[in-house]
Amino acid sequence: MTEDATPTVKRFEPPIGTASAPFWEATRDKRLLLPWCTACERPLWYPREVCPRCLDSAIEWREASGRGRVYAVTVDYKPQNPALAALGPYAVVLVELDEGVRLLGNMVGGDPEEVAVGMAVAVTWEPLSDGHHLVQFERAEP
Amino acid sequence: MAMTSSDRTMRGAAAIVGVADAASPTGVLDLHGRALEAAMVRAALDDAGLTLDDVDGVCHTNSSMQLAEYLGIHPNFTDSTNTGGSSFEVHAEHAAAAINAGVCDVVVSVYAATPRGDRGRGTARPRPQPQGEDPRAEWEAPYGLRMPMGPYALAASRHMAMYGTTSEHLAQIAVSTREWAARNPSARYRDPLTIDDVLASPMQSSPLHLLDCCLVTDGAGAFVMTSAERARSLAKPPVYVLGAGTCHDHLMITQMPDLATTPGVQSGQAAFSMAGVTPAQVDVLEAYDSFTITALLHLEDLGFCPKGEGGPYVMDGKLGPGGSLPTNTNGGGLSYTHPGMYGMFLIVEAVRQLRGEGGDRQVPGAEIAVAHGSGMVLSCMSTLVLGTEATL
Repeated sequence: MTEDATPTVKRFEPPIGTASAPFWEATRDKRLLLPWCTACERPLWYPREVCPRCLDSAIEWREASGRGRVYAVTVDYKPQNPALAALGPYAVVLVELDEGVRLLGNMVGGDPEEVAVGMAVAVTWEPLSDGHHLVQFERAEP
Repeated sequence: MAMTSSDRTMRGAAAIVGVADAASPTGVLDLHGRALEAAMVRAALDDAGLTLDDVDGVCHTNSSMQLAEYLGIHPNFTDSTNTGGSSFEVHAEHAAAAINAGVCDVVVSVYAATPRGDRGRGTARPRPQPQGEDPRAEWEAPYGLRMPMGPYALAASRHMAMYGTTSEHLAQIAVSTREWAARNPSARYRDPLTIDDVLASPMQSSPLHLLDCCLVTDGAGAFVMTSAERARSLAKPPVYVLGAGTCHDHLMITQMPDLATTPGVQSGQAAFSMAGVTPAQVDVLEAYDSFTITALLHLEDLGFCPKGEGGPYVMDGKLGPGGSLPTNTNGGGLSYTHPGMYGMFLIVEAVRQLRGEGGDRQVPGAEIAVAHGSGMVLSCMSTLVLGTEATL
Protein backbone atom coordinates (compact mmCIF):
# COMPACT_ATOMS: atom_id res chain seq x y z
CA MET A 1 0.00 0.00 0.00
CA THR A 2 1.09 3.52 -0.66
CA GLU A 3 -0.26 6.84 0.43
CA ASP A 4 0.87 8.60 -2.74
CA ALA A 5 -1.75 10.48 -4.66
CA THR A 6 -3.02 8.88 -7.84
CA PRO A 7 -0.94 10.22 -10.73
CA THR A 8 -2.84 12.70 -12.86
CA VAL A 9 -0.98 11.71 -16.00
CA LYS A 10 -1.41 8.20 -17.35
CA ARG A 11 1.89 6.98 -18.64
CA PHE A 12 3.05 4.02 -20.62
CA GLU A 13 3.86 1.85 -17.62
CA PRO A 14 7.04 -0.16 -17.86
CA PRO A 15 7.01 -3.96 -17.95
CA ILE A 16 9.17 -5.51 -15.21
CA GLY A 17 12.08 -7.46 -16.66
CA THR A 18 13.31 -10.63 -14.97
CA ALA A 19 16.76 -9.14 -14.40
CA SER A 20 15.40 -5.96 -12.85
CA ALA A 21 12.88 -7.28 -10.32
CA PRO A 22 14.97 -6.16 -7.29
CA PHE A 23 15.19 -2.66 -8.73
CA TRP A 24 11.45 -2.35 -9.12
CA GLU A 25 10.71 -3.92 -5.74
CA ALA A 26 12.88 -1.27 -4.04
CA THR A 27 10.99 1.50 -5.82
CA ARG A 28 7.96 0.57 -3.70
CA ASP A 29 9.91 2.21 -0.85
CA LYS A 30 11.32 4.94 -3.10
CA ARG A 31 14.79 3.47 -2.86
CA LEU A 32 17.12 3.59 -5.85
CA LEU A 33 19.16 0.41 -6.23
CA LEU A 34 21.79 -0.13 -8.90
CA PRO A 35 23.14 -3.49 -10.02
CA TRP A 36 26.87 -3.84 -9.44
CA CYS A 37 29.17 -6.46 -10.90
CA THR A 38 31.20 -7.69 -7.93
CA ALA A 39 33.89 -9.03 -10.25
CA CYS A 40 34.45 -5.66 -11.98
CA GLU A 41 33.40 -3.65 -8.91
CA ARG A 42 31.41 -1.36 -11.21
CA PRO A 43 27.71 -0.57 -11.61
CA LEU A 44 25.93 -1.57 -14.79
CA TRP A 45 22.86 -0.10 -16.42
CA TYR A 46 20.32 -1.22 -17.59
CA PRO A 47 19.98 -4.27 -15.31
CA ARG A 48 21.11 -7.51 -16.93
CA GLU A 49 21.47 -11.12 -15.84
CA VAL A 50 25.22 -10.82 -16.45
CA CYS A 51 27.79 -8.04 -16.45
CA PRO A 52 28.25 -6.67 -20.00
CA ARG A 53 31.95 -6.30 -19.42
CA CYS A 54 32.92 -9.71 -18.00
CA LEU A 55 29.73 -11.82 -18.42
CA ASP A 56 29.93 -12.75 -14.76
CA SER A 57 26.54 -13.25 -13.10
CA ALA A 58 27.68 -12.09 -9.65
CA ILE A 59 25.36 -9.07 -9.58
CA GLU A 60 24.79 -7.30 -6.28
CA TRP A 61 22.17 -4.60 -5.68
CA ARG A 62 23.46 -1.53 -3.89
CA GLU A 63 21.73 1.66 -2.82
CA ALA A 64 22.60 4.62 -5.03
CA SER A 65 23.11 8.27 -4.17
CA GLY A 66 20.21 9.35 -6.31
CA ARG A 67 22.20 12.38 -7.37
CA GLY A 68 23.70 13.28 -10.69
CA ARG A 69 23.93 15.78 -13.51
CA VAL A 70 22.03 16.32 -16.70
CA TYR A 71 24.05 14.70 -19.50
CA ALA A 72 21.62 15.62 -22.31
CA VAL A 73 18.17 17.18 -22.46
CA THR A 74 15.34 17.72 -24.90
CA VAL A 75 12.00 19.42 -24.45
CA ASP A 76 9.21 17.65 -26.31
CA TYR A 77 6.71 20.13 -27.67
CA LYS A 78 4.47 17.67 -29.47
CA PRO A 79 4.03 14.62 -27.23
CA GLN A 80 3.40 11.43 -29.21
CA ASN A 81 1.66 9.81 -26.29
CA PRO A 82 -1.78 11.47 -25.99
CA ALA A 83 -1.72 10.68 -22.27
CA LEU A 84 1.25 13.03 -21.87
CA ALA A 85 -0.26 15.88 -23.89
CA ALA A 86 -1.76 17.39 -20.73
CA LEU A 87 1.74 17.99 -19.42
CA GLY A 88 2.43 20.59 -22.09
CA PRO A 89 6.07 20.84 -23.16
CA TYR A 90 8.10 18.56 -20.88
CA ALA A 91 11.80 17.91 -20.49
CA VAL A 92 13.28 14.47 -21.06
CA VAL A 93 16.69 14.24 -19.44
CA LEU A 94 19.47 11.72 -19.67
CA VAL A 95 21.10 11.93 -16.25
CA GLU A 96 24.56 10.69 -15.36
CA LEU A 97 24.38 9.55 -11.75
CA ASP A 98 27.34 10.10 -9.45
CA GLU A 99 27.92 6.33 -9.74
CA GLY A 100 28.61 6.80 -13.48
CA VAL A 101 25.56 5.19 -15.10
CA ARG A 102 23.00 7.12 -17.17
CA LEU A 103 19.23 6.95 -16.58
CA LEU A 104 16.47 8.57 -18.58
CA GLY A 105 13.77 10.57 -16.84
CA ASN A 106 11.56 13.62 -16.92
CA MET A 107 12.28 16.79 -15.00
CA VAL A 108 9.59 17.40 -12.41
CA GLY A 109 8.81 21.00 -11.45
CA GLY A 110 10.28 24.18 -12.87
CA ASP A 111 10.46 25.49 -16.39
CA PRO A 112 11.46 22.70 -18.78
CA GLU A 113 13.19 25.20 -21.05
CA GLU A 114 15.61 26.13 -18.25
CA VAL A 115 16.94 22.61 -17.89
CA ALA A 116 20.54 22.58 -19.10
CA VAL A 117 23.32 20.07 -19.58
CA GLY A 118 25.41 19.96 -16.41
CA MET A 119 22.55 20.91 -14.08
CA ALA A 120 22.63 19.09 -10.71
CA VAL A 121 19.59 16.86 -10.19
CA ALA A 122 18.24 14.38 -7.66
CA VAL A 123 15.93 11.42 -8.05
CA THR A 124 12.28 11.88 -7.24
CA TRP A 125 9.53 9.31 -7.55
CA GLU A 126 6.32 9.12 -9.52
CA PRO A 127 3.79 6.52 -8.41
CA LEU A 128 2.76 3.82 -10.87
CA SER A 129 -0.56 2.02 -10.75
CA ASP A 130 0.91 -1.20 -9.30
CA GLY A 131 2.66 0.33 -6.29
CA HIS A 132 6.03 0.63 -8.00
CA HIS A 133 7.49 4.06 -8.60
CA LEU A 134 9.03 5.55 -11.70
CA VAL A 135 12.41 7.29 -11.47
CA GLN A 136 12.08 11.00 -12.18
CA PHE A 137 14.40 13.92 -11.54
CA GLU A 138 14.19 17.34 -9.96
CA ARG A 139 16.64 20.18 -9.73
CA ALA A 140 19.05 19.92 -6.79
CA GLU A 141 21.61 22.14 -5.13
CA PRO A 142 24.96 21.69 -6.87
CA MET B 1 39.57 -1.13 -35.58
CA ALA B 2 41.92 0.14 -38.27
CA MET B 3 42.78 -2.30 -41.03
CA THR B 4 46.21 -2.83 -42.47
CA SER B 5 47.05 -2.93 -46.16
CA SER B 6 47.01 -6.72 -46.05
CA ASP B 7 43.29 -6.49 -45.24
CA ARG B 8 42.51 -4.76 -48.52
CA THR B 9 41.76 -7.92 -50.48
CA MET B 10 38.18 -6.77 -51.10
CA ARG B 11 39.20 -3.41 -52.56
CA GLY B 12 37.82 -3.08 -56.08
CA ALA B 13 36.67 -6.71 -56.21
CA ALA B 14 32.98 -5.87 -56.68
CA ALA B 15 31.12 -3.09 -58.43
CA ILE B 16 27.67 -1.59 -58.40
CA VAL B 17 26.38 -1.95 -61.94
CA GLY B 18 22.71 -1.06 -61.69
CA VAL B 19 20.68 1.40 -59.65
CA ALA B 20 17.13 2.69 -59.56
CA ASP B 21 15.09 4.86 -57.28
CA ALA B 22 11.64 6.40 -57.17
CA ALA B 23 10.37 9.48 -55.36
CA SER B 24 7.91 12.21 -56.21
CA PRO B 25 7.52 15.94 -55.52
CA THR B 26 4.08 15.05 -54.18
CA GLY B 27 5.67 12.67 -51.69
CA VAL B 28 3.33 9.94 -52.90
CA LEU B 29 4.04 7.06 -55.31
CA ASP B 30 1.39 5.12 -57.21
CA LEU B 31 2.85 1.68 -56.57
CA HIS B 32 3.51 0.19 -53.15
CA GLY B 33 4.64 -3.00 -51.47
CA ARG B 34 6.10 -5.86 -53.51
CA ALA B 35 4.91 -4.35 -56.80
CA LEU B 36 7.03 -1.27 -56.10
CA GLU B 37 9.97 -3.42 -55.06
CA ALA B 38 9.64 -5.52 -58.21
CA ALA B 39 9.59 -2.37 -60.34
CA MET B 40 12.80 -1.21 -58.66
CA VAL B 41 14.49 -4.60 -59.16
CA ARG B 42 13.51 -4.57 -62.81
CA ALA B 43 14.71 -0.98 -63.32
CA ALA B 44 18.05 -1.64 -61.61
CA LEU B 45 18.60 -4.83 -63.62
CA ASP B 46 17.69 -2.99 -66.84
CA ASP B 47 20.16 -0.26 -65.86
CA ALA B 48 22.85 -2.92 -65.54
CA GLY B 49 21.89 -4.85 -68.66
CA LEU B 50 21.13 -7.94 -66.58
CA THR B 51 17.99 -10.05 -66.02
CA LEU B 52 16.44 -11.83 -63.07
CA ASP B 53 18.03 -15.08 -64.31
CA ASP B 54 21.44 -13.59 -63.53
CA VAL B 55 20.59 -12.90 -59.88
CA ASP B 56 21.96 -15.38 -57.34
CA GLY B 57 21.96 -13.18 -54.26
CA VAL B 58 19.24 -11.11 -52.56
CA CYS B 59 19.18 -8.64 -49.69
CA HIS B 60 16.12 -7.28 -47.94
CA THR B 61 15.61 -5.60 -44.58
CA ASN B 62 12.56 -7.68 -43.74
CA SER B 63 12.80 -11.11 -45.34
CA SER B 64 15.12 -11.86 -48.22
CA MET B 65 13.37 -15.26 -48.38
CA GLN B 66 9.94 -13.75 -48.91
CA LEU B 67 11.32 -11.37 -51.52
CA ALA B 68 13.06 -14.18 -53.42
CA GLU B 69 9.91 -16.27 -53.33
CA TYR B 70 7.88 -13.38 -54.74
CA LEU B 71 10.44 -12.85 -57.50
CA GLY B 72 10.59 -16.59 -58.16
CA ILE B 73 14.35 -16.85 -57.77
CA HIS B 74 16.53 -19.33 -55.84
CA PRO B 75 19.52 -17.40 -54.55
CA ASN B 76 22.74 -18.81 -53.10
CA PHE B 77 23.38 -15.71 -51.04
CA THR B 78 20.65 -14.35 -48.77
CA ASP B 79 20.83 -11.44 -46.34
CA SER B 80 17.97 -10.09 -44.22
CA THR B 81 20.15 -7.77 -42.17
CA ASN B 82 18.25 -4.83 -40.73
CA THR B 83 20.30 -2.13 -39.03
CA GLY B 84 17.72 0.56 -39.77
CA GLY B 85 18.66 3.26 -42.25
CA SER B 86 22.19 1.94 -42.75
CA SER B 87 20.93 -1.50 -43.81
CA PHE B 88 21.72 -0.98 -47.48
CA GLU B 89 25.33 0.03 -46.89
CA VAL B 90 25.63 -3.13 -44.79
CA HIS B 91 24.00 -5.13 -47.61
CA ALA B 92 26.53 -3.67 -50.05
CA GLU B 93 29.40 -4.54 -47.72
CA HIS B 94 28.15 -8.11 -47.27
CA ALA B 95 27.46 -8.49 -50.99
CA ALA B 96 30.94 -7.27 -51.93
CA ALA B 97 32.51 -9.69 -49.45
CA ALA B 98 30.39 -12.58 -50.72
CA ILE B 99 31.17 -11.80 -54.37
CA ASN B 100 34.85 -11.47 -53.54
CA ALA B 101 34.74 -14.85 -51.78
CA GLY B 102 33.07 -16.50 -54.75
CA VAL B 103 29.85 -17.25 -52.88
CA CYS B 104 27.69 -15.56 -55.51
CA ASP B 105 27.91 -13.44 -58.63
CA VAL B 106 25.01 -10.98 -58.91
CA VAL B 107 23.35 -9.52 -55.80
CA VAL B 108 20.25 -7.33 -55.66
CA SER B 109 19.18 -5.23 -52.67
CA VAL B 110 15.81 -3.51 -52.80
CA TYR B 111 13.76 -1.22 -50.58
CA ALA B 112 10.32 0.34 -50.77
CA ALA B 113 8.24 2.17 -48.18
CA THR B 114 5.18 4.31 -48.74
CA PRO B 115 4.19 5.95 -45.45
CA ARG B 116 2.22 8.71 -47.23
CA GLY B 117 0.41 6.52 -49.71
CA ASP B 118 -0.39 4.08 -46.90
CA ARG B 119 -2.30 6.83 -45.10
CA GLY B 120 -4.49 7.33 -48.16
CA ARG B 121 -5.06 3.58 -48.43
CA GLY B 122 -5.83 3.32 -44.74
CA THR B 123 -2.99 0.82 -44.30
CA ALA B 124 -0.66 3.05 -42.31
CA ARG B 125 0.49 1.42 -39.10
CA PRO B 126 1.33 3.35 -35.93
CA ARG B 127 4.89 3.16 -34.70
CA PRO B 128 4.84 0.03 -32.53
CA GLN B 129 5.36 0.52 -28.80
CA PRO B 130 8.03 -1.78 -27.41
CA GLN B 131 6.46 -4.65 -25.50
CA GLY B 132 7.40 -7.45 -23.16
CA GLU B 133 10.98 -7.89 -22.01
CA ASP B 134 12.28 -5.10 -24.17
CA PRO B 135 14.66 -2.74 -22.37
CA ARG B 136 13.25 0.10 -24.44
CA ALA B 137 9.81 -0.51 -22.95
CA GLU B 138 11.21 -0.72 -19.45
CA TRP B 139 13.69 2.16 -19.38
CA GLU B 140 12.77 4.61 -22.15
CA ALA B 141 9.15 4.38 -23.27
CA PRO B 142 7.60 5.69 -20.01
CA TYR B 143 9.27 9.06 -20.42
CA GLY B 144 7.59 10.17 -23.62
CA LEU B 145 10.81 10.66 -25.59
CA ARG B 146 9.43 11.45 -29.02
CA MET B 147 10.50 8.95 -31.67
CA PRO B 148 12.53 9.22 -33.72
CA MET B 149 13.56 12.85 -33.14
CA GLY B 150 13.93 12.69 -29.35
CA PRO B 151 17.16 10.68 -29.32
CA TYR B 152 18.70 12.95 -31.97
CA ALA B 153 17.61 15.98 -29.96
CA LEU B 154 19.45 14.58 -26.94
CA ALA B 155 22.56 14.14 -29.08
CA ALA B 156 22.24 17.69 -30.40
CA SER B 157 21.91 19.09 -26.89
CA ARG B 158 25.01 17.22 -25.82
CA HIS B 159 26.98 18.41 -28.86
CA MET B 160 25.90 22.01 -28.25
CA ALA B 161 26.91 21.84 -24.59
CA MET B 162 30.27 20.20 -25.31
CA TYR B 163 31.34 22.18 -28.37
CA GLY B 164 29.25 25.35 -28.61
CA THR B 165 27.36 24.17 -31.67
CA THR B 166 24.38 26.43 -32.40
CA SER B 167 20.97 26.13 -34.03
CA GLU B 168 22.32 28.36 -36.82
CA HIS B 169 25.06 25.83 -37.52
CA LEU B 170 22.51 23.04 -37.79
CA ALA B 171 20.21 25.19 -39.92
CA GLN B 172 22.99 25.83 -42.44
CA ILE B 173 23.04 22.11 -43.20
CA ALA B 174 19.33 22.21 -44.08
CA VAL B 175 19.92 25.32 -46.21
CA SER B 176 22.80 23.80 -48.22
CA THR B 177 20.90 20.55 -48.71
CA ARG B 178 17.89 22.47 -50.04
CA GLU B 179 20.15 24.11 -52.64
CA TRP B 180 20.85 20.65 -54.02
CA ALA B 181 17.17 19.70 -53.93
CA ALA B 182 16.42 22.75 -56.09
CA ARG B 183 18.38 20.94 -58.83
CA ASN B 184 16.53 17.64 -58.44
CA PRO B 185 13.14 17.55 -60.20
CA SER B 186 12.06 14.56 -58.09
CA ALA B 187 12.69 16.30 -54.78
CA ARG B 188 9.84 16.88 -52.38
CA TYR B 189 10.89 20.46 -51.50
CA ARG B 190 12.80 22.70 -53.92
CA ASP B 191 12.09 26.26 -52.80
CA PRO B 192 15.06 28.17 -51.37
CA LEU B 193 15.47 28.03 -47.62
CA THR B 194 17.20 30.43 -45.22
CA ILE B 195 18.66 29.93 -41.78
CA ASP B 196 15.87 32.14 -40.42
CA ASP B 197 13.28 29.89 -42.08
CA VAL B 198 14.70 26.90 -40.21
CA LEU B 199 14.86 28.73 -36.89
CA ALA B 200 11.29 30.02 -37.34
CA SER B 201 9.87 26.56 -38.05
CA PRO B 202 8.06 24.96 -35.10
CA MET B 203 10.19 23.39 -32.39
CA GLN B 204 9.67 19.62 -32.32
CA SER B 205 12.06 18.18 -29.77
CA SER B 206 14.41 20.96 -28.71
CA PRO B 207 16.85 21.94 -30.07
CA LEU B 208 15.47 20.45 -33.30
CA HIS B 209 13.02 22.51 -35.35
CA LEU B 210 10.70 21.07 -37.97
CA LEU B 211 13.15 21.98 -40.75
CA ASP B 212 15.98 20.21 -38.90
CA CYS B 213 14.02 17.00 -39.44
CA CYS B 214 13.84 14.73 -42.46
CA LEU B 215 10.75 14.29 -44.58
CA VAL B 216 8.16 11.55 -44.48
CA THR B 217 7.61 10.51 -48.10
CA ASP B 218 7.07 7.45 -50.25
CA GLY B 219 10.24 6.17 -51.85
CA ALA B 220 11.95 3.11 -53.22
CA GLY B 221 15.25 2.01 -54.68
CA ALA B 222 17.49 -0.88 -55.62
CA PHE B 223 21.08 -1.62 -56.49
CA VAL B 224 22.73 -4.50 -58.34
CA MET B 225 26.29 -5.57 -57.56
CA THR B 226 28.55 -8.03 -59.34
CA SER B 227 32.23 -8.90 -59.67
CA ALA B 228 34.60 -6.32 -61.11
CA GLU B 229 35.37 -8.72 -63.94
CA ARG B 230 31.75 -9.16 -64.98
CA ALA B 231 30.99 -5.48 -64.37
CA ARG B 232 33.28 -4.42 -67.19
CA SER B 233 31.11 -6.21 -69.77
CA LEU B 234 27.85 -4.57 -68.67
CA ALA B 235 25.84 -1.56 -69.78
CA LYS B 236 27.10 1.22 -67.52
CA PRO B 237 30.51 2.26 -66.17
CA PRO B 238 31.13 0.16 -63.03
CA VAL B 239 31.23 1.89 -59.67
CA TYR B 240 33.71 -0.07 -57.58
CA VAL B 241 33.51 -0.80 -53.87
CA LEU B 242 36.88 0.47 -52.72
CA GLY B 243 36.22 0.18 -49.02
CA ALA B 244 33.49 -0.73 -46.56
CA GLY B 245 33.10 -0.71 -42.80
CA THR B 246 30.35 -1.08 -40.24
CA CYS B 247 30.07 -0.56 -36.50
CA HIS B 248 27.27 -0.28 -33.96
CA ASP B 249 27.79 0.70 -30.35
CA HIS B 250 24.24 0.74 -28.96
CA LEU B 251 20.61 0.25 -29.89
CA MET B 252 18.88 2.47 -27.31
CA ILE B 253 20.01 6.09 -27.18
CA THR B 254 20.47 5.78 -23.41
CA GLN B 255 23.17 3.16 -24.06
CA MET B 256 25.19 5.26 -26.52
CA PRO B 257 28.69 5.60 -25.04
CA ASP B 258 29.09 9.27 -26.07
CA LEU B 259 26.07 11.09 -27.47
CA ALA B 260 28.31 13.48 -29.40
CA THR B 261 30.35 10.75 -31.14
CA THR B 262 28.92 8.01 -33.36
CA PRO B 263 30.38 4.61 -34.31
CA GLY B 264 30.98 6.26 -37.70
CA VAL B 265 34.47 6.83 -36.30
CA GLN B 266 35.07 3.08 -36.52
CA SER B 267 33.09 2.36 -39.71
CA GLY B 268 34.74 5.30 -41.46
CA GLN B 269 38.26 4.34 -40.44
CA ALA B 270 37.69 0.78 -41.64
CA ALA B 271 36.25 1.88 -44.98
CA PHE B 272 38.84 4.59 -45.70
CA SER B 273 41.66 2.27 -44.68
CA MET B 274 40.46 -0.53 -46.96
CA ALA B 275 40.06 1.96 -49.81
CA GLY B 276 43.43 3.60 -49.22
CA VAL B 277 41.60 6.92 -49.42
CA THR B 278 41.51 9.94 -47.10
CA PRO B 279 38.54 12.25 -46.54
CA ALA B 280 40.40 15.01 -48.42
CA GLN B 281 40.20 12.88 -51.60
CA VAL B 282 36.42 12.50 -51.47
CA ASP B 283 34.65 14.34 -54.31
CA VAL B 284 31.05 13.68 -53.21
CA LEU B 285 29.68 12.80 -49.79
CA GLU B 286 26.29 11.17 -49.34
CA ALA B 287 25.85 11.11 -45.56
CA TYR B 288 22.56 10.15 -43.95
CA ASP B 289 20.70 13.30 -42.90
CA SER B 290 17.79 12.05 -40.84
CA PHE B 291 18.26 15.30 -38.93
CA THR B 292 20.69 18.16 -39.36
CA ILE B 293 22.62 16.97 -36.29
CA THR B 294 23.02 13.55 -37.89
CA ALA B 295 24.85 15.01 -40.90
CA LEU B 296 27.01 17.20 -38.67
CA LEU B 297 28.11 14.22 -36.59
CA HIS B 298 29.05 12.34 -39.78
CA LEU B 299 31.31 15.18 -40.95
CA GLU B 300 33.26 15.00 -37.70
CA ASP B 301 33.26 11.25 -37.17
CA LEU B 302 34.33 10.46 -40.75
CA GLY B 303 37.21 12.89 -40.33
CA PHE B 304 36.20 15.69 -42.68
CA CYS B 305 36.74 18.08 -39.78
CA PRO B 306 37.92 17.67 -36.18
CA LYS B 307 35.49 16.61 -33.44
CA GLY B 308 33.46 19.54 -32.24
CA GLU B 309 34.17 21.77 -35.25
CA GLY B 310 31.33 20.60 -37.50
CA GLY B 311 29.25 23.71 -36.83
CA PRO B 312 31.75 26.35 -37.97
CA TYR B 313 32.92 23.95 -40.72
CA VAL B 314 29.59 24.02 -42.59
CA MET B 315 28.90 27.75 -42.28
CA ASP B 316 30.65 28.78 -45.53
CA GLY B 317 28.16 26.66 -47.48
CA LYS B 318 30.76 24.08 -48.47
CA LEU B 319 28.18 21.30 -48.43
CA GLY B 320 26.11 22.96 -51.16
CA PRO B 321 26.47 23.34 -54.95
CA GLY B 322 29.88 24.79 -55.83
CA GLY B 323 31.17 24.10 -52.31
CA SER B 324 34.34 22.22 -51.47
CA LEU B 325 32.49 19.19 -50.05
CA PRO B 326 29.35 18.53 -52.13
CA THR B 327 27.10 16.66 -49.71
CA ASN B 328 23.71 14.99 -50.17
CA THR B 329 23.58 16.10 -53.77
CA ASN B 330 20.07 14.76 -54.42
CA GLY B 331 18.62 16.95 -51.67
CA GLY B 332 18.99 14.32 -48.97
CA GLY B 333 16.50 13.05 -46.47
CA LEU B 334 15.87 16.66 -45.52
CA SER B 335 14.53 17.78 -48.92
CA TYR B 336 14.53 14.92 -51.48
CA THR B 337 12.82 11.92 -49.90
CA HIS B 338 12.78 9.97 -46.64
CA PRO B 339 10.55 6.89 -46.57
CA GLY B 340 12.04 5.62 -43.29
CA MET B 341 15.31 3.88 -44.18
CA TYR B 342 17.11 6.31 -46.44
CA GLY B 343 20.41 4.47 -46.88
CA MET B 344 19.44 3.09 -50.30
CA PHE B 345 19.22 6.59 -51.77
CA LEU B 346 22.75 7.40 -50.56
CA ILE B 347 24.10 4.56 -52.69
CA VAL B 348 21.95 5.35 -55.72
CA GLU B 349 23.01 9.01 -55.74
CA ALA B 350 26.69 8.20 -55.18
CA VAL B 351 26.61 5.83 -58.17
CA ARG B 352 24.89 8.40 -60.38
CA GLN B 353 27.44 11.05 -59.46
CA LEU B 354 30.36 8.72 -60.24
CA ARG B 355 28.79 7.82 -63.59
CA GLY B 356 28.26 11.49 -64.47
CA GLU B 357 24.48 11.02 -64.50
CA GLY B 358 23.77 13.80 -62.00
CA GLY B 359 22.20 16.19 -64.51
CA ASP B 360 21.85 19.72 -63.12
CA ARG B 361 23.36 18.58 -59.84
CA GLN B 362 26.37 16.73 -61.27
CA VAL B 363 29.62 17.35 -59.40
CA PRO B 364 32.16 17.83 -62.21
CA GLY B 365 34.79 15.12 -62.45
CA ALA B 366 33.61 13.12 -59.43
CA GLU B 367 35.81 10.03 -59.03
CA ILE B 368 35.45 9.09 -55.35
CA ALA B 369 32.19 9.14 -53.40
CA VAL B 370 31.30 8.08 -49.87
CA ALA B 371 27.88 6.69 -48.94
CA HIS B 372 27.57 6.75 -45.16
CA GLY B 373 24.49 5.16 -43.65
CA SER B 374 23.16 5.74 -40.15
CA GLY B 375 20.75 3.30 -38.61
CA MET B 376 18.26 3.34 -35.73
CA VAL B 377 19.15 6.17 -33.27
CA LEU B 378 22.74 6.92 -34.31
CA SER B 379 23.25 3.25 -33.51
CA CYS B 380 24.71 1.49 -36.55
CA MET B 381 27.00 3.28 -38.97
CA SER B 382 28.07 1.76 -42.25
CA THR B 383 30.44 3.45 -44.67
CA LEU B 384 31.08 2.69 -48.33
CA VAL B 385 33.92 4.28 -50.28
CA LEU B 386 33.05 4.03 -53.97
CA GLY B 387 35.16 4.89 -56.99
CA THR B 388 35.33 4.97 -60.76
CA GLU B 389 37.63 2.82 -62.92
CA ALA B 390 40.28 5.55 -62.62
CA THR B 391 40.51 5.02 -58.83
CA LEU B 392 41.44 1.33 -58.97
